[in-house]
Amino acid sequence: MSSTNHRIRDLFVIGAVGAFLLILPQFLGRYFIHLITMIFFFGYLGMAWNILGGYAGQFSFGHAAFFGVGAFTSTLLQIHVGVNPWIGMFLAGIGGLLLGLSIGSLSFRYGLRGPYFALAMLALAEMLRLLAVEWMAAKYPLGITIPLKGDSFWYFQFKSKVPYYYISLIMMAAVLYLTRMIEGRRMGSYFKAIRENENAADALGINVFKYKLLAMAISSFLTAVGGTFYAQYYLTIEEESAFGVGISIEVLLGPIIGGAGTVLGPVLGAGILEILSEVTRNILGAYSGVHLMVYGAILIVVIIFLPSGILGGLQMAFWKLSKGK
Amino acid sequence: MALLEVRGLNKRFGGLTAVEDLSFGLENGEILGLIGPNGAGKTTLFNLVTGFHRPDTGTVFFKGEDITGLRPHQICNRGLARTFQITQPFANLTVLENVKIGAYNRTPSSREATQEALRILETVGLYEKRNELASALSVGHRKNLELAKALATRPELVLLDEVVAGLNPKETDTIIDYINRIQNQRITILLIEHVMKAIMSLCNRIVVIHYGKKIAEGVPQDISKNPKVIEAYLGEEYILAKNQ
Repeated sequence: MSSTNHRIRDLFVIGAVGAFLLILPQFLGRYFIHLITMIFFFGYLGMAWNILGGYAGQFSFGHAAFFGVGAFTSTLLQIHVGVNPWIGMFLAGIGGLLLGLSIGSLSFRYGLRGPYFALAMLALAEMLRLLAVEWMAAKYPLGITIPLKGDSFWYFQFKSKVPYYYISLIMMAAVLYLTRMIEGRRMGSYFKAIRENENAADALGINVFKYKLLAMAISSFLTAVGGTFYAQYYLTIEEESAFGVGISIEVLLGPIIGGAGTVLGPVLGAGILEILSEVTRNILGAYSGVHLMVYGAILIVVIIFLPSGILGGLQMAFWKLSKGK
Repeated sequence: MALLEVRGLNKRFGGLTAVEDLSFGLENGEILGLIGPNGAGKTTLFNLVTGFHRPDTGTVFFKGEDITGLRPHQICNRGLARTFQITQPFANLTVLENVKIGAYNRTPSSREATQEALRILETVGLYEKRNELASALSVGHRKNLELAKALATRPELVLLDEVVAGLNPKETDTIIDYINRIQNQRITILLIEHVMKAIMSLCNRIVVIHYGKKIAEGVPQDISKNPKVIEAYLGEEYILAKNQ
């Protein structure tokens, strides 16, 4: 009875939020539409990272590797082979997935845990970045630009920012749904078991290697798909924006701030980070660099006082309150 | 046919021989106790049987199948579960989720796994604690949780590594009661224990190991009188003094 009521309430909330987000662009200017698109997009990337880093506990410090491979795959296929960017987006995902499975099977087979896995991922992303630097210096010294085809859904190019808003909204909603599904099923429980205690998980019959690879596959596929969106949004890519450490950090900061291993944490974190970075830039933009210092200081405070992120912290507080009664 | 058969197991860690030429068998429905002084190699033996270590030589048969060198999860899937001496809870998950993870071994359905987990939590007296985080449990309750997780995988044989150690007498009695109930569900049990009360009241048969070697095997009454066993526990001088 109460679970049906919960269901109806949940559906109502989802419907209301969905309808609100669908009509929102009608009332907003270009700047705010861009800002919200970035929140959706980094929410999406954060959730993709969260499946591997938050749920399965394999802390990747180099998701830029997948992101960059995605951006480069669809862009190069489009320019050199004429592959449609939507198909390119899927192929980018496959490219990211293959890379994910290779680095995953190597590092998980040899038992790289915790910081060692994080460093291996960082090294992978840096390696790819340096390769791109060398290769592009000769071929594309100004970055790769996707030729303009006008306002076309088919070519994934729009003059207005509104279509990008909707595409990123759909991407985010889809992964939100996917995460919710995973969490309520055996796969999600197994991911969490591996994060909490690998030996105990193994002793309970969980094929740890297989499930780590599965988390890696989902995460790397989605991240690479995100890379294509990014390339189509700016219609230009270069090595730093694709493979740079900045991307790796930005992707994982959202979940860390919002709450790793929670469904909504990455979206919440992305929202806070994007808004924080815009606000500090607007207020302190006159003193160049100061906004980054303030931004950093706020991040430090959050991490010190809410080590399991905002949603994680709220969950804890709720737990303690209900115990206190 | 024996449910579990260990044949000529050897394991060395560098210069230390942890287990030496160890053989024993375990029949269906039995409770076998494995005792020995600290450092005798009991936990190493568990790790060898459950795939956490690979033996240097020797074979482990489970239901007639050679399981030597299989990975722990493969062994668990064949119906051989274990608990850890140092409890290994999934600390940031609830008690129910902890046990559900074990129950998923037999069913992919979340609903069925929940039902099975709740049933087991009732058996080991943790039903009331089901929504607490595992990290919030007392030592006694953690031992029960360890037992519940192993049982949730629906084992035919369960290896219990000191599930009573460190508990007060009342907690000890309840866990002995649970172990008896487990045996009534036709689950065979291999038990490592230091607490003699638990060993003597539970086990049909006892294997004693010392410095990795089996020094005695038999029913509890005989074992407690065996001079070799007394020597292993209390030292040679105690026996000499007693005989004078």
